[in-house]
Order: sequence, then C-alpha cells, then structure tokens
Amino acid sequence: MSIDRRIIYLLVAIVVTIPLVIKITMPVRVSPPVQLAYDKIDELKPGSVVLLSTDYEAGTMPELYPMTTAVLRHLFSKDIKVLLMSVYALGVPIGAMALDEVAGEYNKEYGTDYVILGFKPGLDVVIVAIGEEIRDAFPTDYAGTPLDALPIMEGIHNYNDISIMIDLCSGSTLDSWVMFAQARFKQRLIAGCTAVMATSFYPYLNAGQIEGLIGGLKGAAEYEKLIGSPGVATSGMPAQSFMHILILVLVIIGNIFYFIERRRKI
Amino acid sequence: MGTVVGTWIAAFLTLCIFSFLYRDNPFYRFAEHTFVGSSVAYLLIQTWYFTIYPKLVLPVLKEGFTQNYLLLIPTILGIMILTRWFPNLRRISWIPISFTVGVGVGLAITGSIQGILIPQLKATIVPIDSWNIVIMIIGVVTTISYFYFSAEHKGILGVSAKVGTIFIMIFFGATFGYTVMARISLLIGRMHFLLHNWLHLI
Repeated sequence: MSIDRRIIYLLVAIVVTIPLVIKITMPVRVSPPVQLAYDKIDELKPGSVVLLSTDYEAGTMPELYPMTTAVLRHLFSKDIKVLLMSVYALGVPIGAMALDEVAGEYNKEYGTDYVILGFKPGLDVVIVAIGEEIRDAFPTDYAGTPLDALPIMEGIHNYNDISIMIDLCSGSTLDSWVMFAQARFKQRLIAGCTAVMATSFYPYLNAGQIEGLIGGLKGAAEYEKLIGSPGVATSGMPAQSFMHILILVLVIIGNIFYFIERRRKI
Repeated sequence: MGTVVGTWIAAFLTLCIFSFLYRDNPFYRFAEHTFVGSSVAYLLIQTWYFTIYPKLVLPVLKEGFTQNYLLLIPTILGIMILTRWFPNLRRISWIPISFTVGVGVGLAITGSIQGILIPQLKATIVPIDSWNIVIMIIGVVTTISYFYFSAEHKGILGVSAKVGTIFIMIFFGATFGYTVMARISLLIGRMHFLLHNWLHLI
C-alpha cells in the first residue's frame, strides 16, 4: 500500500495550524536542565555582566529566537548588563532584533546596559582572544564605536569580568566555548540549543562543564514559564504535542500495513 | 511601512519554499537562490566591515604601512587563498590552507584533550552511590567495548559490545526524537509567522 506523501503534508499542516488558531493551552513542566539555567542566571547580582552569543542563523530562528527573548527578559529584569556577539554573520542581526524587542520593555539603554559587539570569523581564535582582551577580538562595537567610548565596557577586559557566558547555538559552537572559554579560562557557561543538538550537550551538563541547558522550543517554553512571560514558545507547545500524536499514529498505521503486506506475501 | 513590506516579502518567500512540498517549481528555486545570494552578500559585507576594514585597512590608513608591516603576512596569505579560482595557480592556495589547518588542528587537539576528554573522564570516575551511576558506568564501558576492533567480538567482549549497542541505540532514539521535535518547531515557527505577523489571525 502506498500513500501520496502530500496527503501527509496536508495532515501535518492541519494539525499544526488548528491548535495555533484556536489557542489551546497545555501545561508546561519545567525540566531540571532548564531550571538549572534559570537558577544560575537568577543568582547573579544586579550590575553583573553576561556575554551572550547568538550563534544561530535564520534557519533555526523559530526554536532559538523565543529562547533569546526569554533569556534577555530575565537578564534585563535582574538589571544584568549584556554583551551580545555572534560567531555567525547572520547571528548578529537576529540578536540585535531580540535586543530591540526586549530592551525597550525594561528601559535599557544601548552602551550603558547592553552592547552589540558584532560578528567575528574564526570561532576558536575569537574565543581565545576574548580570554586575553575583548578589545583584541572586537576593537569596536557593531556600529563602529570604539569599545572604550561605551560606559558599559568600563573595566571589562576578559572572562574575569564576565559572570556567565550564554551560548545560544544551532551547531557545534558550544564545543569550542567549552574547550576554550570553560576549560582554559574557567568561564562559567550556560547553553541554549536546538533540540537536535541537545543530546550531544547533555554530557557537558552532567560533567559540570555547562551549568544549565535549554533545549529547543520546549526548553524555551519552560524558560518562558519560569520568567512568568508566556510567549511564542509556549503557544507552540500544543501544536508540538498534537504533531507528536499524529506521528505516532502514522508510525503505528505504517507498521500495521507493513505486517499485513508481509503476511499476504507469505 | 517598512515592516509591512518586509512581512509580505517574508510571507511570499515562505510560501515559495513551502511550494516545494507539492513539487519542485520555479518559485521554490527563486526563493532558494535569493536566500543563498543574500546570505553570501551579507557575509561578505560583514567580513569587510568587521574584519578586513578595522584590522587591515584602517590601521594602514591611520598609522601608515611602516607601523603595520606585519599585516603584510595575513594579506598575502589571504590573496594566495584566492588562487583556488585559477587551475594553474591552485597549488599556491595550499600554503594558506596548510597554515589554517595547522592552527585549527593545533587548537583542536589541545582543546579536545584539555576541554573534553579529561573533564569527561573525570565525570565518569565518581563514587558509585546511586543506580544512575551504575547505569552510566555500564553504558560507558560497554559502548567503548563496541568500538574496540582489535579483537573479535566474541565471549565477554561480544556480550559487552552487544549491550553497548543497546546504549548507542538509546542515544540514536533520543536524538531522533529531539530531531523530530526540532523540525516540527521550525514548522510551528513559520506557521506562527504566517498566521500572526502576516494574516493577523492569531
């Protein structure tokens, strides 16, 4: 038996759209890795400095952008200063967009409460350079202003001046942050990643190399719950659950027909 | 106004990409090529403004060449890499590539040992005070035994490798589950964009 794959695509579209349109709500249970990430950020004192690297591009925005805004809301609500950078060229405008969206809600000012350092190619070399002097990697900010002209950068030179580094990544950039920033410079790390990458990063969490892990849209929804600000990730969870049910049903139906066909052949 | 135009362009390109689900068509290819072209253009501009201009052009313009003569080395290496476009000169590009590979491998070897291998080993050498630790130790030992190919997988090694296979399959299963979740999340993100930002239905 064969079925036109376009029928399955249509079913998928219907199952994703209906929960979004009729706004079904579902409880979100917070998992320990996300709780850890939240707790570590929550423990920071006002005025602490966090380095946030948006190491992802448009292709993974649906998963990581809600995570970025949720983390930024938490940071700004705690009056924590944010240095934003990316090792992906397209990661910078995405991070800047998230800052534009969130900074206004908390009356945060560019140059005083947050800064966009920009993009720099050469992942490992950039991470090591920040360990020596952040100005070696980023002499100016995103707009070309020298870092010394920005009040937020006063007294910030390397990882010693950064409380926590948060890597929101779609690929394996976290490996480099762990290898160099954490292992070599003892920089505390928290990771947020696409669901695909999550299983690869759990060993870092278990070994204490990262202090928290936010995985995929589900992780973003959990973070939104923790900060008490449900957003896009939370509204996407019912669609996610219904889709999982559909996939399970399709797998079961596929298997039933497979065994029926096999028996017929025998 | 700019936001509205941007939203309509994004919605149009999203629908162009979705049209591939029906079958390959010129709209899909237009969106695909637009994405690749704009990404490369953006990367080029970013590299110029954040690397080549501040690190090479600006210092030479401000302080002169004699103060920055060392910049000649990365400049020449950078130009040499462009010889890959010319079949007769291609071999010249091997020099900067060798340099890049050398630096990358050097960093990766020390980084992997210091940053991944040793900390991960340390994390498995812990007091056996819970069932989770017992399962972890069994998982680590049997999975490693699966990748031991210097002896035939028979007897104890065979049993261990078989148990290791189960742990590997559990990892693959978890990864596949997460992958499905990730792909659905991407679809949810696009549908949310179409229904919320574009059509204002939600």
